[in-house]
Amino acid sequence: MTEKAAEPPRNVEPAKLDPTFKHEVMREHDGETLKICFQCGTCTSSCPTARFSSSYRPRTVLRMAQLGLREKVLSSNALWLCTACFTCTDRCPQNVEVASVLRVLRNIAVKNDIVPVIYRELTSSIHDTGYAYRIPELRQKKREEAGLPPLPKSNLADVAKLIALTGGSKLLKK
Amino acid sequence: MAELKFLFFLGCTIPYRVSSYEVSARRVLPKLGAELFEMPDFNCCGLPVDPANHELMLVLAARNLCLAEQQKMNIVTLCTGCATTLRKTNKMLKEDKKLRETINDYLKKVGMEFKGTVEAKHLVQMLKEDVGLEKIKETVQKPLTGLSVAEHCGCHLLRPAKFSGFDNSENPTTLKNLIELTGAKCLDYTDKTECCGYTVVAIDEKVSLSLAREKLRHVKEAGAEAMITVCPSCHLMFDMQQSRIERAFGETFNLPVLHYTQLLGLAMGFSPEELALKELRVDPSRILEALKT
Repeated sequence: MTEKAAEPPRNVEPAKLDPTFKHEVMREHDGETLKICFQCGTCTSSCPTARFSSSYRPRTVLRMAQLGLREKVLSSNALWLCTACFTCTDRCPQNVEVASVLRVLRNIAVKNDIVPVIYRELTSSIHDTGYAYRIPELRQKKREEAGLPPLPKSNLADVAKLIALTGGSKLLKK
Repeated sequence: MAELKFLFFLGCTIPYRVSSYEVSARRVLPKLGAELFEMPDFNCCGLPVDPANHELMLVLAARNLCLAEQQKMNIVTLCTGCATTLRKTNKMLKEDKKLRETINDYLKKVGMEFKGTVEAKHLVQMLKEDVGLEKIKETVQKPLTGLSVAEHCGCHLLRPAKFSGFDNSENPTTLKNLIELTGAKCLDYTDKTECCGYTVVAIDEKVSLSLAREKLRHVKEAGAEAMITVCPSCHLMFDMQQSRIERAFGETFNLPVLHYTQLLGLAMGFSPEELALKELRVDPSRILEALKT
């Protein structure tokens, strides 16, 4: 009896893969360890978000990045669901910087103009006030009443310069 | 004893929404011999923008570290997010010459240079390493005997482990020990090192609130009368958002959430007013009444 040659499972079209993507990730600070992920799944099984989200699985995201599913990874809403709790990083038996690789992927998405609005708000607020949130005037008054020292005002010119130098200006709200 | 002088890194979340943490910290820290100096020129630690732009995060954190270097003083912060960011950036820039050069090239444009001469710590680490448990014990005037609480360390106090180093991230004991110095009992509960969900509240509210809800459930099931936090963001999730979580899931928790500095302050004999307990959204009067008897 001759056995029929097994067809390898094809979930992805090789032509749609970008073989340069993983190198783009690995060039970034803390992105290098993407290459050593052996897909054991410790990250996903330790992930608090994965328990409540039907779409976010860190192991899957890393595999897609290794394979070169560039568009799919970068445009996925799930990419933004990592809480940065770092449980995956601490537990990875292979010492993959899982949470940091995910951060690199987000940074690359931002470079490609995929930016959840919250990051525009946060950066704009830091640019305009030095703080991540716009602190209402009322708070200042309440601080006085509570006997707290006045709110520091930072050096906004320097902060704005640093935002521009690091390419953060594109995050500012127009 | 080493001098306990620190630059007080306020961060953004505390002045924005959680001033009760600052008020109570400014009460208890001088009692422990710690002297706090203001940082009038500081900016956001950088953590909120890390997902969008890592270099921006590094340079914002480094600018704060440079300010501390200029003052020749270590930083202490009440926020676990600020602590992890400043601590991590400090260590990375000290150890990675190439990264330090990249960041210093940016800093040079604002007349600064990172040298790596100071430390940045979270309150909990500073209480353990600089103040010391013995000293804290001596300040307890009114032990909170009979009160059972549960701790929530917050992710960034302990993780990533390679940048924290002062406790076991899987089974931490520091905050528990600090709580028990007040005379209160600190109960263990399921998944106590898990995330509060704060960082994704603006991305996916359901996931975020589900995380907080699960923790509130586990704390309640353990029999705790209050939850103790050491991070303004975690506190926002469990205290300010608690009624929203209750409505969303049709459950009642009614669980007071105190900052550690409020708990310690009560044990030191400060009044609830002095510790800004009335600013808490979940009314703590039940536990305050119980402590009177």
